[in-house]
Parts: sequence; C-alpha cells; structure tokens
Amino acid sequence: MLYRIARRLPSSHSDSLRIIARKEDRAIALVAGLFILLVVPAIAGDYVLSALLIPFLILSIAAIGLNLVMGYAGQASLGTGGFMAVGAYTSYKLATNIPEIPIVLDFFLGGLAAALAGILFGLPSLRLKAFYLAISTLAFQFFAEWLFSKVSWFWNDNASGVVSIPAFDVLGITIEGPRQSYYLVCAIVAIMTLAAVNLMRSHVGRRWMAIRDNETAARLMGISVPAAKLQAFAISSFYCGVAGALWSFVYLKTLGVSSYSIDISFKIIFMIVIGGMGTILGSFIGAAFVLLMPVVLNAVTVALSLPIDTGSVSSLEQIFFGVLVIYFVLVEPRGIMHLLGKLHKKLVSWPLNIGR
Amino acid sequence: MNASEFPTPPLPTPPLPTNDASIRQALVAVQGVSLSFGGNTVLSNVDLNVRSGEIYSIIGPNGAGKTSLLNCINGFYKPTAGRISFDDKDMSRLSVSRLARMGVARTFQNLALFRDLSTIDNLLLGRNLMMKTSFAQAAWYWGATRNEELNHRAAVEETVHLLQLAGVRDATVGRLSYGTQKRIEFGRALASRPKLILLDEPMAGMTQVEKSEMSAFIRTANKLLDVTVILIEHDVGIIMDLSDRIAVLDRGVKIAEGSPRQISTDESVIAAYLGTDH
Repeated sequence: MLYRIARRLPSSHSDSLRIIARKEDRAIALVAGLFILLVVPAIAGDYVLSALLIPFLILSIAAIGLNLVMGYAGQASLGTGGFMAVGAYTSYKLATNIPEIPIVLDFFLGGLAAALAGILFGLPSLRLKAFYLAISTLAFQFFAEWLFSKVSWFWNDNASGVVSIPAFDVLGITIEGPRQSYYLVCAIVAIMTLAAVNLMRSHVGRRWMAIRDNETAARLMGISVPAAKLQAFAISSFYCGVAGALWSFVYLKTLGVSSYSIDISFKIIFMIVIGGMGTILGSFIGAAFVLLMPVVLNAVTVALSLPIDTGSVSSLEQIFFGVLVIYFVLVEPRGIMHLLGKLHKKLVSWPLNIGR
Repeated sequence: MNASEFPTPPLPTPPLPTNDASIRQALVAVQGVSLSFGGNTVLSNVDLNVRSGEIYSIIGPNGAGKTSLLNCINGFYKPTAGRISFDDKDMSRLSVSRLARMGVARTFQNLALFRDLSTIDNLLLGRNLMMKTSFAQAAWYWGATRNEELNHRAAVEETVHLLQLAGVRDATVGRLSYGTQKRIEFGRALASRPKLILLDEPMAGMTQVEKSEMSAFIRTANKLLDVTVILIEHDVGIIMDLSDRIAVLDRGVKIAEGSPRQISTDESVIAAYLGTDH
C-alpha cells in the first residue's frame, strides 16, 4: 500500500496548515526536489536544458500568474503576452541604461511595471465580467503589441526590431551555459512558487476565491471587491512580467515583440485549462504538457517511422492540441490535477476498491 | 397516593436579567422606512424596533417586502425615505461591508456560499474582517500569518462544534445537501461573531427534522453567543415557537407586531393570510 490515511489524518490545526498534508507526499516532493536540483542538470543534455526545461520553467511562472487571476480570482484574462512584454521591455531598458542595478532586480522591477499595467488594465474588471472582461484584456494585448513595435525607444532605437540581449552576471557569475541559466531560473521559480502557494493558502487567496465563487457574499464578508480584484490583477501581472523578462533574457537571448504575441497568451491559457484552474501545481503540469506534447509527438512519428514530413507533423500537433483542449473543456474542466486527485483517492483505498 | 408526596425537583435558576430581551434597549430601530423602485412601492413607512438579544421574526405573504426590508437593514438597498439605526448609529446609508464591520451578518434565501471552497474555508471567510496580517506577511506565511490562521482555525472549530459540522469540515460545500449548506451559511454568519444576524428563510426547503435542528441551532446561537436574530420564515409553527416577537408585513405595510400569542389572534393578520369576506 503506497498510500495510507490511517494515522495520516491531521491531528492538530498546525498539521492541517501544511502545504503537503500527507507524509508520503512530502517524501515524494523532497525526492523530486533533489532530483530537479542535482540529477537533472547532470544527466540532461544542453538541448534538453535550454530548449525544454528552461522554457518550461519560465512559462510555468507565467502560468502561475494567469492561474492566480483566472483560476483563483475568477477574472478572465487574455493579456498574458502583453504583461510579459511589459516585464521584458522594462527589464531591458533598465539593464541597458542603468547597469548598476543587479540584473535579477531588473527582472523583478519588470514584474513591478507589469503589475502597474495589470492594475490599470484590470480596472475594467470592476464593471465587466467573464467574456466582456476577456475582450477588454485582449485590447490590452493588442495595445502592448502595438506599443512595443511602434515606439523604438523601448528597444533603444535599434535599427532592427529584434535586439540581442547582452550577457549578464548574477552574484558575480556570468550566466552563459544552460546549466547556469537552469539554476538561475530554478531559484526564481522556487521563490515565486512558494510565495504563490503561501498567498493562496492565506486570507489573501481566500478573499480572491470568495470573489470568484460569489461576489455578493464576498461583499457581505466585508471584502472590498474592487481592491481584491485589482490586487489579483497586480500580482498576476507581476508573475507574468517576471516570466516575460526571463523569456527574453534567459531563454531567447533576444527581445522582439513577436515573442509576446496573442499566441503565447493562448498557450498559457491552455496550460492552466489542461493543468487545472485554481491549482499551483496544475500550472506546472499544464506547462509541461503543452511544451512536451510536440516533442513527444515528434518522437512518436520518428519512432514509428511514419511517412509524414515535418510540416505535417506540426499540423498534426495543432490538430491534436485542439482536440485535447476541447476534451478538457468538455470532459475534465478541472484539468489534469483533478484527474490526479481521483487517482490519488483510488490509491488511498487500494486494494479495497478493486472491482469497484 | 397523590402527587404532592413526590418531592418536586428544584426549579431551574431563572435566566440572568441580561438575557431578558424585554428590558434591553433597541439594537435596530427602523423608523418610517419606505422603499420604491420606480413607481413600484415595496415598503411604505415601516417602523420596527428590534431589542438587543431577542429573536425577532418578520412574516407575511409572498411579496410583502420581507426580504427587501432585510436588504435595507443590510445595506444592499438604500431606503427611499426613513432611517435605520443600529446601536444608536444611523446606518441607512452605509455600505454592506461597512455594516459587516459593525457586526451585521446575513444569510440568504437561495444560499450565497462559496461553492468551490470547503466548509472550513467558508467559515474562515466569515472571520475575514478579523484577519489583519499584511500582504507581505501572507507571502512569507510563517510567523504572523500562520499564527493568525491557527487562531482563527481554532475559533472556527467552535462554530463547527456548535452546528455539528465536523463530518463535512473539509467537504466542498457545493456538493453537500441543501440542508447542510443552509447550516454552513448560518455558521459562516456566526463565525464573524456578529451582534445582529439576519436570516432569510433559514429553513426553506428543509425536512421537518432539519427544521427542528435548525431552530435549535438558532436558539442556541441566540442564547450562547448573545446574538440578536431577525428572521424571515414561512413555517408558522416554528415561528411561533422560536420568536420573542413577530412583525407582520403585508404589501409593504406593517400590519401587526407583538408576541407570538398576540399575533396568532390578531384579526388583521388572519385577514392578510386567509383573506376576509367583504
């Protein structure tokens, strides 16, 4: 029996406040953490690190960000790419014009700029709901794309719209190889994930979820609904902003507005829908799924030596993707996390549930 | 052998004078309140005095304006005319959350729970206004916010115990039975330790057993937590048992007010409910 609930139920209030309730699960998490930090960089090749794991970790931050506003606070947003762009361009301006600021601080200042944009463009949420709010955030997405492609000041008036990012160092170590980048991203992801988890299990998250579930009742609890909504937009955009900065600085090493188009907004929405709305872990699972699926699909066609050219594979990918999203929206709107939860329940009562 | 040979058990000690609602002052005073939407008059010139510590019921036929009156007391509606005071302070222009801060809690006729949250989280949201740690402390969690969570968790556990919710403590409320959800909503209101609680048909749609349980909970909360209750209910039997005083509304006008005994014999009430021959 892998899972037991006997003698594993919380027996004190402090037990019930743990991030991971079950002891076995905590052990699994610890092993996974050590694996990620020690084993993965040792065995993974440069390609896996820089083309799979680093973008996965960075987009996980963005997915957490969107999940905060959409999954927890219940406010639809299509502007993720725009907020990422604000973070990226702010970091770039700061890094190139004020080199005295440590680069990691630039990322977080980029996040802060995105948070301000989030508050400003979260204002419609005080009046609009669901679909209409989504449209107004879509307007922000297009505004951001327009702004960062037309105003050349943002990329220091370079001749080309796509500028390369100079090498930078963190704590005296120049970030050049994929392993250094990986550790840098891991550290930022760890801090931001922990903060998100803590916020969501405190009164802050509880207020957001209250607004999501019932605005009238939330008011009755003395929650200031407008303040909480703007707070959710600000924090969400902060996460997206930091992710946007890392996307350019650590992953792409170039900065161009096309990396922050509506495509990436949708990609991140798919991540949280597939992974699980209103769960932090679901953001990671969704990000892994969306990023790994094309790779797996490619590997499968190669392994089966199917007579399909690469162009068709990428079309196949799109089709497969669309089908999956429709499946999740229709059949499992709570995403992979919900599926895992069901599996977990079965494991807990195994083998007594055999045949049921 | 006659009854006098048996020793009579000692009488229970009379309740403390503070528990006697009749000598307490008014907690809620509704004075000449009128409410209309466009040309549609919902309440006209209603006066009520709810004394501290009593269970005060509002009854009346459908469309009499009972819920609208609660909405006025609660701050969802602003009365067109008149004044509502709470604890001797004018509250007819205050917002819902401001009133929550002053100690007014509420349940709804059609439930207004946070459906995707657990019972415990719903109850903890009832104590939302008492949670004061900052955003930064919440992001760090350990220390101040964790202690705060622990304290409120312990406090909420009292409500769980009082309303016998232990079995559904961690269940998602949206999946629970209607009667249980009603109880949780009452618990959420109680968790804020309010001075005044407004219950809009807390027993609607319940079975007879659930209704008597709910009445017991309301009475226990009233006596034990010293909370004043304003109640809307259609089950006249329960109303007569539970209430200290009753007001009857009909088409936005208060037609009677008094003890259950007075109300049950009042002719205008009988007329409003059953109709009269003209």
